[in-house]
Amino acid sequence: MQEKTVGKSDNKIIITVSGVDRIGIVAKVANVLAEYKVNIEDIKQTIMQDYFVMFLLGDISKADKSFKEIKEALQKAGEELQMEIWVQKKQIFDKMHTI
Amino acid sequence: MSSINADSILETIDMIRVHHLDIRTVTLALSLRDCCDSDVKIVGEKIYNKITKYAKNLVSLANEIEEEYSIPIINKRISVTPISLVGESCKEYDYVYLAQVLDKAAQEVGVNFIGGFGALVEKGCTKGDAALIESIPEALSKTERICSSINVASSKAGINMDAVLKMGTTIKKAAKLTADRDGIGAAKLVCFCNVPGDNPFMAGAFHGYGEPECALNVGVSGPGVVRAAIEALPKNTSFGDMANKIKQIAYKITSTGELVGREMAQRMQIPFGIIDLSLAPTPEIGDSVAGIFQAMGLEHAGAHGTTAALAMLNDAVKKGGIMASSHVGGLSGAFIPVSEDAGMIEAATKGCLTFDKLEAMTSVCSVGLDMIAIPGDTPADTISGIIADEMAIGMINKKTTAVRVIPAPNKKAGDKVVFGGLLGEAPIMNVNNLSSTKFVQRGGRIPAPIHSLNN
Repeated sequence: MQEKTVGKSDNKIIITVSGVDRIGIVAKVANVLAEYKVNIEDIKQTIMQDYFVMFLLGDISKADKSFKEIKEALQKAGEELQMEIWVQKKQIFDKMHTI
Repeated sequence: MSSINADSILETIDMIRVHHLDIRTVTLALSLRDCCDSDVKIVGEKIYNKITKYAKNLVSLANEIEEEYSIPIINKRISVTPISLVGESCKEYDYVYLAQVLDKAAQEVGVNFIGGFGALVEKGCTKGDAALIESIPEALSKTERICSSINVASSKAGINMDAVLKMGTTIKKAAKLTADRDGIGAAKLVCFCNVPGDNPFMAGAFHGYGEPECALNVGVSGPGVVRAAIEALPKNTSFGDMANKIKQIAYKITSTGELVGREMAQRMQIPFGIIDLSLAPTPEIGDSVAGIFQAMGLEHAGAHGTTAALAMLNDAVKKGGIMASSHVGGLSGAFIPVSEDAGMIEAATKGCLTFDKLEAMTSVCSVGLDMIAIPGDTPADTISGIIADEMAIGMINKKTTAVRVIPAPNKKAGDKVVFGGLLGEAPIMNVNNLSSTKFVQRGGRIPAPIHSLNN
């Protein structure tokens, strides 16, 4: 018998955006997420060592495109904004930082 | 309650981006015991079909998971039943042909190495075992992706010195037949004591006799992360606190491996096997186990104190990692392959790290004398002596030990071999020039040790 494994159904993603602060970052990222039907559940932003860092918690359960396509669209937006964007399933943080 | 923990997120991204945290390997372990037949061509056909069927999606699924978690999965590999067993049913043995079939199947599914071209002969060889060992040099020279391992000793059986003697000449021959590539054949050939049957790491991976039909095994890595964490501690941090820090990092590394392993297993619809709690270096700067010793306060790998540092590191990695996974196995511990670790390469090139010190270090770490290039004119009997010593360390200490040395053809101490990629490069290290011949040629077995009176 196969042991119970971690579910694939985890639909939460974390988007981390970092770089030099400028106008329109939140708008552009949020726009991509709306277009791909990713619901934003939480946003946090901060300035760290002169860099703007924003974290978004998204839910992709209603998205009509694959994770890969959403990630590519966000990374393209990141390039246009000259910001670094990381898009990851939230599970990796939950698993790594909780016992 | 906010679901965003900024510190955790940034720490994870830093571990991946700056300190080379990665999943070193996802290895599909597959039984080939049902591929036996009296006709070697049919055996080959069955092997090819089974591997290409089971591993069809291995690479694409690994790439998919890599994308979703943004964590690199460096190697996708396959380990199979020791081929001596599978090929032994044939009326006429042709292990080189079976190696070529395995190589072709590996290429077809896109994995860079397939392990299991080997045998377990700690107590003696069957006819198939002997034929397989005989075929190793040719098999390794005619293939790209085959890894071979032979278990020649165990704490229960002792050391098969006939096999040790034979492996000395086999290693020499494997290097000679691949002389045009610095003897890379020997870099894919390893001798073991107490070999585990669920190891996902090459060159020693194979699918052991007590294992299920198939499983997904994972090997993690992250020396760079450990080094950075130690460097961030105040210089006077005590050993207990330093060990605790390593445990915390090992937990984080391992839990990531566990997540990836279980996801992979589920998507491949096969059982999750084990996670190998390992610190496996790469030749990249900053991804070095030797670098951890420096962070701990040693001038370089090889300084007096290195064995103690490695012992503590190895133990802390296991203690931290074990809680992060339900099933731990494989080689589990810190690896010290010379050619695959930038800090080790530097230490060996400068002459601060010697062959004898490496041997001492293997008594407290995972595995053994690994990826060490030695002069091409080293006699086969001397290599057998090296193997015998290393097997003795494993046998007496009830641990896994291994020897993977490369007698680099036409090279002498001070020269360099370059294998490229993960196999890296290494300076040729001196070995003792005294003769081991009369000792290793006695024949027979070194008896299994007493398991009490542990002094």
